[in-house]
Amino acid sequence: MGTRLVIIFISGILINNIVLSRSIGICPFLGVSKQVETAIGMGLAVTFVMTVSSAATWVVQTYVLEKFDLMYLQTITFILIIAALVQFVEMVILKSSPTLYQGLGVYLPLITTNCAVLGVTIINVDNHYNLLESMINGCAVALGFTLAIVIFAGIRERLAFSDIPKPFQGFPIALITAGLLSIAFLGFQGLL
Amino acid sequence: MNFAKEFSKGLIKENPTFGLLLGMCPTLAVTTAAVNGLGMGLAVTFVLVCSNLMISLIRNIVPSKIRIPIYVVVIATFVTVVDMVMQAFVPSLHQVLGLFIPLIVVNCIILQRAEAFASQHGPLDSVADGLGMGLGFTGALTILGSIREILGAGTWFGKTLFGAGFQPMLIMSLAPGAFMTLGLLIALLNYVRARRTV
Repeated sequence: MGTRLVIIFISGILINNIVLSRSIGICPFLGVSKQVETAIGMGLAVTFVMTVSSAATWVVQTYVLEKFDLMYLQTITFILIIAALVQFVEMVILKSSPTLYQGLGVYLPLITTNCAVLGVTIINVDNHYNLLESMINGCAVALGFTLAIVIFAGIRERLAFSDIPKPFQGFPIALITAGLLSIAFLGFQGLL
Repeated sequence: MNFAKEFSKGLIKENPTFGLLLGMCPTLAVTTAAVNGLGMGLAVTFVLVCSNLMISLIRNIVPSKIRIPIYVVVIATFVTVVDMVMQAFVPSLHQVLGLFIPLIVVNCIILQRAEAFASQHGPLDSVADGLGMGLGFTGALTILGSIREILGAGTWFGKTLFGAGFQPMLIMSLAPGAFMTLGLLIALLNYVRARRTV
């Protein structure tokens, strides 16, 4: 049991890194990675939402959808749960820490359309994880996302001062950087 | 006249992938082969046309405060339809695309078109917009899928193109190949555009 959890955890962060190996969650990865600070904020918000939504969707999946044989409602139900959770997190942060709210600003509602969150809940169901495994997987995948986006933001901060050929400025160079980073992450394939 | 204009803008000028840089996740993840790109593109086109039509029909009765959740429910409904239809009629493609079919719900192109276009225009224009954007997206995915399939496996739509001496570049079929191919394609487009305006 213990080893299984460790394997899920490490594979979620490094081996099956959601951004660099599975190519899910690219929009915030490219959009919110201009500065390391906002990247960290985004990563932490995603970590929280992903862990909680992994637990919430597991409960709904097991006790409502499977029990009453409503599997075809999975997509609609999951996206509504995630949207509601994001709204809730937004309200909690607004009440408890206005400074963090200011910092995250626009990015919070954007988490709803972060396909990584919906993706991870569906991966949990496809792999038949139990409640604890789902939460560990959600947390690990989110940490992997944070790791990738923070490294990427660090590189992009440097890139801003580089002399880049004109056609490559902006998105093209960012995509090629992401490609190189993704090659680096291929090195983790043999870890387990 | 208007129909043709709304339809054609999505194909090249405001192409969602190469121009607006929307919907990156399926673009990068499923384009390992040309046929996957085509299938994904058509699925997105269907959802886009249906959701644009529906949202444009209900645009006057939806309170603006809760419009986003309503749009998401409309989109999710059509995605479920596509999911079930594909499972029934093209099970092998459904198997390959797998996770990425439910993820069409969070494809930013669809929500962006709903918010930016369908909620302010009539049904006919919205269908044209959805169709144009969808086919532009399909075209982009097919091109990307073709490049990656030809270089990564030496085949195109499953047909072998080269002799036995061809060594496939495995990296093109993996995630890094997706990032780099798209980066180089956009750089090429930027270059062509810059040359044209000079």
